[in-house]
Amino acid sequence: MKLKSIITTLIPFFGGTLFGLGLLISGMNNPAKVRGFLDILGNWQPALIAVMASAVLIFGLAFQFSKRRKTPWFGDRFHLPGLSGISFRLLAGAVLFGIGWGLIGLCPGPALVDLASLHWPAVGFVVAMITGNRLAHYLVGPAR
Amino acid sequence: MTSELLGGALIGTAAALLWLGIGRISGMTGVISSLFSLQISRYRWALWFLAGVIIANPLYRLAGGQVSIDMNDSMPLWLTAGVLVGFGTYIGNGCTSGHGVCGIGRFSPRSIVSTVTFIVTGMITVTLMNGVAG
Repeated sequence: MKLKSIITTLIPFFGGTLFGLGLLISGMNNPAKVRGFLDILGNWQPALIAVMASAVLIFGLAFQFSKRRKTPWFGDRFHLPGLSGISFRLLAGAVLFGIGWGLIGLCPGPALVDLASLHWPAVGFVVAMITGNRLAHYLVGPAR
Repeated sequence: MTSELLGGALIGTAAALLWLGIGRISGMTGVISSLFSLQISRYRWALWFLAGVIIANPLYRLAGGQVSIDMNDSMPLWLTAGVLVGFGTYIGNGCTSGHGVCGIGRFSPRSIVSTVTFIVTGMITVTLMNGVAG
């Protein structure tokens, strides 16, 4: 195995582990805590704002720094999302996601983090989430 | 608020590492979708990223961390929410990680609009549910 191949395996693996630990330490994986954050007119618990603020700040700085480079450290190019503009589809997706997120309090990353707890409702959530992903793929198709 | 700031910092560092290291956006929706692309060689990174996310839970518990999953709703509600999350994030091209962290960090108008929309919709949903239940 070439050194570059090992490094480009270790970066996403280590990155995923850090990402998952961040979700666990911040409590994003706990549905009740997330619903407390979304309960703005009730018993609002705003602390989760800090998760997004510090994550956005650090990624934002890294993104600005990356503009000085033509390529990533160990890759051929920066894979920027190709879509721009605000479409009905984008909004409809965000609304459906928002309803599902509010119903239980889990978004995709935290749901995957909860898989290994073998908490059966959370496992069911992940299976349903993947089913929804595939349903959308076959009914609506990939975004263009 | 220390654990929230620290957790967010780890998430941001992970996203920064993926971007600067291999030029990839660490969006969970994209990672999940790419599992089905049948182009394993192209999306090998997504498999490794996912493996890392899943291993984080047992690692955290080995290190003495407590993993709480507090919600007592019925299984049909968990499944309904799961389908909506999976369907919505697919057609909206991203979720809290891709749009919320990486998208806002790039000042992408699409991601800012998406994030505001799903947070406000989530707030309305929780408010309505608590109103009905309580």
